[in-house]
Amino acid sequence: MTSDRIFGLGVIVVALAYIAGAAQTQIGFLSDPVGSRTFPYLVGGIAALCGAYICFRPDADPVWPELATIGRLLVAAAVMYLFTLALKPFGFIVPAAFASAALSYLISPRLLTAAISGVGLSIGLFLIFNFGLGLSLSAFGRAFAG
Amino acid sequence: MDLFANLAQGFSVALTPSTLFLAIAGCFLGTIIGSLPGLGPSNGVAILIPLAFSFGLDATEALVLMTSVYYGAMYGGRISSILLNIPGDEPALMTTLDGYPMAKQGRAGDALVLSGVASFVGALLATIGLMLLAPILARVAYLFGPAEYFALYLLAFCTLGGLASKNQAKAALAAAIGLAIAMIGLDNQTGIPRLTFGELHLMDGVDFLVAIVGLFAVSEIFVYIESHGRNTAIGIKLDRITIPIRDIVGSFTAMLRSTAIGFMAGVLPGAGASLGSFLAYMAEKSVARDPDSFGKGNPRGVAAPEAGNNAAAGGALVPMLTLGVPGSGTTAVLLALLLTLNITPGPLLFEERPEVVWGLIAALLIANFVLLIMNVPMVRLFVKILSVPPWILLPGIMMVSFGGIYSLSGSSFDLVLMILFGVFGYIFRKLDVPTVPIILGILLGNKMEDSLRRAMVISDGDWIYLFSSPISLGLWIAAIAGFVAPIFLRRYLKPPKPVDD
Repeated sequence: MTSDRIFGLGVIVVALAYIAGAAQTQIGFLSDPVGSRTFPYLVGGIAALCGAYICFRPDADPVWPELATIGRLLVAAAVMYLFTLALKPFGFIVPAAFASAALSYLISPRLLTAAISGVGLSIGLFLIFNFGLGLSLSAFGRAFAG
Repeated sequence: MDLFANLAQGFSVALTPSTLFLAIAGCFLGTIIGSLPGLGPSNGVAILIPLAFSFGLDATEALVLMTSVYYGAMYGGRISSILLNIPGDEPALMTTLDGYPMAKQGRAGDALVLSGVASFVGALLATIGLMLLAPILARVAYLFGPAEYFALYLLAFCTLGGLASKNQAKAALAAAIGLAIAMIGLDNQTGIPRLTFGELHLMDGVDFLVAIVGLFAVSEIFVYIESHGRNTAIGIKLDRITIPIRDIVGSFTAMLRSTAIGFMAGVLPGAGASLGSFLAYMAEKSVARDPDSFGKGNPRGVAAPEAGNNAAAGGALVPMLTLGVPGSGTTAVLLALLLTLNITPGPLLFEERPEVVWGLIAALLIANFVLLIMNVPMVRLFVKILSVPPWILLPGIMMVSFGGIYSLSGSSFDLVLMILFGVFGYIFRKLDVPTVPIILGILLGNKMEDSLRRAMVISDGDWIYLFSSPISLGLWIAAIAGFVAPIFLRRYLKPPKPVDD
């Protein structure tokens, strides 16, 4: 009940913001009968209606994870984010080893197996990506090149 | 005969060593992907697209590889359904109903062989159906103008959304979210940026591959972290594999019926494999003389949904190739592959690039035989792979997803966007908001808007034009019926619950 009501409200707010954003679109001097704003208006309108419906006729609440699990999920998202930040300056191998080890630890909290699977995955995948598939990932990035 | 000339051309493409190798590799990879719990066909194909693309394959090769993965994953999905009671993907859900009880009775090997044969029958006949039906539909597609295409896209959203969620408002919302995301970027017709909010990265829109990998693969990682510990599966040991000839013969008519039902469900734009296996199972249960034995390990309850979902997988390729409207979640992902390769599906594809279409069909025919060999005598190998521990599997999926997208776009912005899609995908899955209509919206949004605007240019702004031809009127009626009907049908057709341990 509550989750759906909050979600529905969120949808309405975002949909209205979307419509307001669409209203900012410049109109060209040569335009077709429909124009560039109509379709976004339609889509935003439908989304807002659905949001209102979800708000007034909410489904039963899903089973949300307990606090500790939510914490682990947030850590997982943070690990992924840090990985994307580190990818450019530090290359693939080192960030990938840390990120996979962290994710592995989140799933099964044993330090040694996590470390081994992190290092193994990062080196193994780097070899597959670069030599097997011919992608060009930088191994160590600028930070290590000196 | 046109058909045989085309097929001969197809086989001349498919039987080159490199294409053949890709088909076999695709089948192998696909079966692994399908059999790993939680990593179904849509996920698997989504993760592999960036790799296939940067691998530098040409259009036919890439398509052969990915559709072999798709077929393989449909075959492999049954392995974890039967042994672990965890469906690899939604279409494999119905296979758990009788497959797992059968395995518990010590007939795991029989169930695997039977379902492998059923998959083969369903997929092979559906590929033949695709071969016969697609050229006809491609000719009909010439009659489609912008108004008809607009109605067709609407139909796809309505039928897909109508079945994907228990709540129609949430399904419609998902489609709207996808369409809304598609609008971001330069307007196709005027070249003016829309809804970019001044962000330069958004000027050329949100890449659908980023959205797909985020919504499917990254959110799967979150779901897995959450569910881990709760759903520890007690796997069933596979001791010996014999060929249950009596069961195969006994359920052969069931396979044929289910193939027909599944194929039709697959051809309907938007409906897809889940509906195919569901209808096949329910139909088999209702014609059986012993409906009570379903859900308790009836071999026909294993054969029917497997034939049904594999037939639907083939059927779903028909609207995807001829009209550019995918018939299921995974074909939506395959459509993304076609668009990335700069191939526009539709009637012109059959005229201008016959080697792509017929090469694909021939490769699928070959793939079916390869898959039969892999899934019956070699099934033990895949059962071994099932026991890859999740603490290697999940980080591996993450690295392959990130590495693939990064090597394709080289932009950290896209990776951050992908994580955001993953987070929202997780929340949406929790709230029963289906993610497939979002993907479909992102893929089809610009085309849908273009066809609306073109229709309005033709009619000079007269909205009645949208309903003026018999084809478009029929599609509108089907769309509305497809959206409304599940609300009423849901009361009568309750999906049976899988057995608990």
